[in-house]
Amino acid sequence: MSTVPAAETLGGTQRLRDWIGDRLLLILTLLAALASVALMVLIAWRVFRGASLSWSTFGLGFITGTTWDTNAGVFGAGTLLYGTAVTSLMALIIAGPLGIAIALFLSELAPRWIRELIGPLVEMLAAVPSVVLGLWGILVLGPFCANHIEPWLGRWFGWIPLFSGDPSSSGVFVAGLILAIMVVPIVASICRELFLAVPSELEDGALALGATRWEVVRGVVLSSSKPGIGAALILGLGRALGEAIAVTQVIGSATAINVSLFAPGDTLASRIAAQFQGAVTKLQISSLFYLAAILLVIGLVTNLIAQVIVRRFDVQRAAD
Amino acid sequence: MGTMEQSFDLSGGGRSRRRRLANRLAEVVATLAALSAVAVLAIVVLSIAKRGIGEISWSFLTEPLPLFGTPGGGIAPLIVGSAILVAIATVIALPLGVLSALLLSEFASRRLAAPIQLVFDLMSGLPSVILGVFVFGLLVYGHTQSGIAGGFALSIVMLPLIARSTQEVLRLVPSSQREAALALGVSRWRIVVGIVLPSTLGGIMTGTVLAISRAVTSGVSCRPASSGPTATTVCSCSCSTCRTTTTSAS
Repeated sequence: MSTVPAAETLGGTQRLRDWIGDRLLLILTLLAALASVALMVLIAWRVFRGASLSWSTFGLGFITGTTWDTNAGVFGAGTLLYGTAVTSLMALIIAGPLGIAIALFLSELAPRWIRELIGPLVEMLAAVPSVVLGLWGILVLGPFCANHIEPWLGRWFGWIPLFSGDPSSSGVFVAGLILAIMVVPIVASICRELFLAVPSELEDGALALGATRWEVVRGVVLSSSKPGIGAALILGLGRALGEAIAVTQVIGSATAINVSLFAPGDTLASRIAAQFQGAVTKLQISSLFYLAAILLVIGLVTNLIAQVIVRRFDVQRAAD
Repeated sequence: MGTMEQSFDLSGGGRSRRRRLANRLAEVVATLAALSAVAVLAIVVLSIAKRGIGEISWSFLTEPLPLFGTPGGGIAPLIVGSAILVAIATVIALPLGVLSALLLSEFASRRLAAPIQLVFDLMSGLPSVILGVFVFGLLVYGHTQSGIAGGFALSIVMLPLIARSTQEVLRLVPSSQREAALALGVSRWRIVVGIVLPSTLGGIMTGTVLAISRAVTSGVSCRPASSGPTATTVCSCSCSTCRTTTTSAS
């Protein structure tokens, strides 16, 4: 008899505690998420604010200006935009087909045990720190390019302006190769997931109709994952655009646009990484912020495009 | 197998041979692509190890940095610096990431979750050099470089990674468990604290370790924020010195 009221009061405090606990957890998680969103806004705001001095000095002309003269105090991003575009495109041209081919091997060809062996190894390539990859570029890849690959390209394709000029161990070409090594695992691992998600009935159906494996891949696997492959390539491009350290180490440093891939160059990210420590004047620091702002906009836009594709594609897959 | 071959020959002839050739070619190309990736990884690891292994010794790991131009010395301050910065970053990023993931997968409606999710996806795609510039502008410019600033920069590297990996393990908790607890009258926070978190602890730890490994290797994001005597990590120091050392060595 006497236990009934006791149980009731217990229930009362329990309910109050649950009410408070629920609210508290909800508020905590909400705050954490809002803080993350605010952080993102803060990043954009601070980078743009840092660029304001350079913006008021050079305006939009900064983007097309090709001089970067610390002593004269004249800064422009034209050379760097060109370098960023060339290195990233080169990385994408090499890494795109390679990554897709690796994904096809892993998802369609390889027996299970090879897939479980090579899959993680390819992903480990993405875990190599970019400083280490850059160092490797200086010590191994650069000299190898200068002694073997670039002379060969120059001999056979020297009539194309891109492959003219003297081979060198640091330049746009080596930077593009290093970036390609970084992009391959991104493209490969996303594409592998895509290809594994292709319904096996479709593949089996095509095989039953007498198609060869390659025809199945081309007609079913690749064509049904086209948007996803596009998103994977764009995500890889985003990585190549923003990579700073490794590129700084191998690209040399240039103050003018060089058409030849063997000549030194510079990208947005590598210029920021190379000069941020040594920047002296306020205008130079502000100009580096301006570069970061341009990089931020480019990075956000590419990522946004990729996310939109992924989301639409996911919805489509879910509906199928 | 033999009968298949025969029927192909009867119907196809040259066309069937071309198709099989194309197939073979595609197989060879895909296999070579995979092998080349593994080969590149092996070459990178082996060539770095071959050059570096002779240098590693107990004194290299435990002695202070050499004075400029003198032989000897080690990297002890860099290892300690890495540990401090990553500890600061983890303290900031772990609660933020786990709590945000909880909001996304346990509480938020689709309409609230979508934009937050997008922010995390965008954050993980940010070039790390921008994070360095941002923290420099926010905490260092006009003040001094500090370990806190560097740790803060690294925490932005870790935050989206922890949030995503936590979300993934939260998704693995069977909803039948949550529903069973709800049916017994257990409140939401007790479900989270008593059922969801304990069963995902291992996954959250794995995600955190992976995020830490990314933060340790990200040199450029913390270099503008903290370098020199304050706190330098192995990677941020090798960013700034390896250019000069290699040119002087060669």
